[in-house]
Amino acid sequence: MSTARDEILDRIRAATGTATAGRAATPAQVDAAYAALPRTYRRAHHDPASTDIVALLAERAADYRAVVERVPATDLPAAVARALAGVPTFLVPDGLPPQWLADSDRIVRDDPPLSARELDAVAGVITGCAVAIAETGTIILDHGPGQGRRALTLVPDFHLVVVRAEQVAADLPDALARLDPARPHTLISGPSATSDIELIRVEGVHGPRNLHILISG
Amino acid sequence: MTAGTGLTGRVIEPGAAGVAAETGSMPTYLGMPAFPEAAKAAVADSQLRRNLTHATTAIRTKRAKAVAELDDWEELRQAAKAIKDHTLANLDTYLLQLEENVTKAGGHVHWARDAAEANAIVARLVKEAGADSAVKVKSMATQETGLNEALAADGIRAIETDLAELIVQLGEDRPSHILVPAIHKNRAEIGDLFRRTMPGAPPDLPDDPQRLAAAARSHLRNEFLNAKVGISGANFAIAGTGSLVVVESEGNGRMCLTLPDTLISVVGVEKVLPSWQDLEVFLALLPRSSTAERMNPYTTIWTGVTPGDGPNNFHLVLLDNGRTATLADQTGRQALRCIRCSACLNVCPVYERTGGHAYGSPYPGPIGAILSPQLRGITSAIDASLPFASSLCGACYEVCPVAINIPEVLVELRARAAENPNHRIERTVFHLSAYVLSSPRRLAAAQRAASVGRHFIGRSGRIRRLPPPLSAWTDTRDAPAPPPESFRAWWSRTRGSAE
Repeated sequence: MSTARDEILDRIRAATGTATAGRAATPAQVDAAYAALPRTYRRAHHDPASTDIVALLAERAADYRAVVERVPATDLPAAVARALAGVPTFLVPDGLPPQWLADSDRIVRDDPPLSARELDAVAGVITGCAVAIAETGTIILDHGPGQGRRALTLVPDFHLVVVRAEQVAADLPDALARLDPARPHTLISGPSATSDIELIRVEGVHGPRNLHILISG
Repeated sequence: MTAGTGLTGRVIEPGAAGVAAETGSMPTYLGMPAFPEAAKAAVADSQLRRNLTHATTAIRTKRAKAVAELDDWEELRQAAKAIKDHTLANLDTYLLQLEENVTKAGGHVHWARDAAEANAIVARLVKEAGADSAVKVKSMATQETGLNEALAADGIRAIETDLAELIVQLGEDRPSHILVPAIHKNRAEIGDLFRRTMPGAPPDLPDDPQRLAAAARSHLRNEFLNAKVGISGANFAIAGTGSLVVVESEGNGRMCLTLPDTLISVVGVEKVLPSWQDLEVFLALLPRSSTAERMNPYTTIWTGVTPGDGPNNFHLVLLDNGRTATLADQTGRQALRCIRCSACLNVCPVYERTGGHAYGSPYPGPIGAILSPQLRGITSAIDASLPFASSLCGACYEVCPVAINIPEVLVELRARAAENPNHRIERTVFHLSAYVLSSPRRLAAAQRAASVGRHFIGRSGRIRRLPPPLSAWTDTRDAPAPPPESFRAWWSRTRGSAE
């Protein structure tokens, strides 16, 4: 008796027989055909030599109605304190540089790991990020040190994220190349939003309704 | 069952007694008439048409602007087409690679020949997880398989968490657009629905989209926090790394993909991409084509399971359901390049007038007109009529980010439908022309009726209540009073003929 897997694979082989353009006979030929695909699009739509891509990131992220501030590295602790001033409690993931938090007694730690319901009782979260994309105004988390597991930046309603200037990539190709596919990733472009009513974008559904971005350096 | 226990990651399903249908099955909505009959009712619904025109006009303009920002759009489009064609031509190789890499990363891979097989796998997995409900991310694949109904029959409650899907589910309605399933409803209709049917919705909930979204947030929060099982589709599956990608806006996707202990993703076999690098093409094309944004608010990418972060059990169900039959057709196979952006719906003059329900399938609009008859086979009146639900104007081909030549496939499918003597094609075409393409005349009639109705206007200058059938007007709270004379009528009076 053939399995679903065998049968689907057989159907594919029958459907793509010799008459199909681009059908390769061996795995090596498949790889060679893939490598030869046309990629004439731009590697970046902005040249970091002539464009201030950090300013572009700030502008494009603000387009999504995120709050964006550029701060000198030395002013970061003060800027963090200001951004968190109205947030009653906030999560601090392991690995966040301690100097970012000069003064705060409202810190919640995910240790031992909090349940989803416990996370729901926390007002905010502060994290770093892995990479940012200037072209699209996107922050990418790979949930490594200083970023926390995915639920930490999802359940609380306020997300403060710190981007260091050297983490800013001009465009998608460069940003994706900096990431390790084995890790989980979250790409964030503005606060939670929906266009489901009359195709009009409104902010604030299930993810954090407030996204505050500090670009340092 | 937990990850990393040395299972092969492949579950062998009992065969369907030797012979499986080559084409797939999906709900041809119960009692669905052929497209012309269904379109007739839709075109006569002035509120529906008004909602559709409003939404599609806005998104068309925004999309054009978002696309114009990238001066290499055509190069991106051609790269996407080439990547998809290459992948489809070597689909067996890439699916095996995907299976191997998902398994290596701690996930389990299942294969489903058709809708029934996919639904049975999902139902079994939900039960194995000890759950009687599951939170769902909007997914075309599970719409196609009728998963929610199948789960309900098995005593499992599927909770739609996308705002538009929630609107459809609360209204016991059907989706009418790929991206915005409730596009046929305006804010006032949605407000009414929430006040009537959403547990805990305040009786004075206003018809403001922001407040409606906030109501959905609080309504669903408990479901997310309690969920044991999440069910999703995927926009892309990366063969070379075993990564799955879900593109969304609201964060309901992140909730379903992150909080439950078990995640089940039902993914059509055509969603596979060779490598991680290909995302640089598709993440540039999809959001701009779909919601006209540089990037959608949230994208989640995961590879198998990550200890301490997200679900401990991940199941990938690879779905055929007519895709391999479509792949066998040299002209029609290009429909499998589709990334479900819905740009073709938003530019289609036929869709704008009929809405999505008339297409009788989860896939409406131009892409639905070529996808549904191929996935299901041309065996019903609706599928035989779908290839004729087009004026062949070509706008769909022009906006398609993966360059699917929809008019070419339509013509091919028309020829095939015409070979079937059971379907009276001339009648189909005649009805189509009469009901769909005559809509300017119907619009004029509706506008004249609206002007006559001006004496129902309240002191505020806004319409309060009209008798049926014009009561459709008063379903919307912010409908301005129509002018004493429509542009069409004015043109006709001052310049001779309006038509």
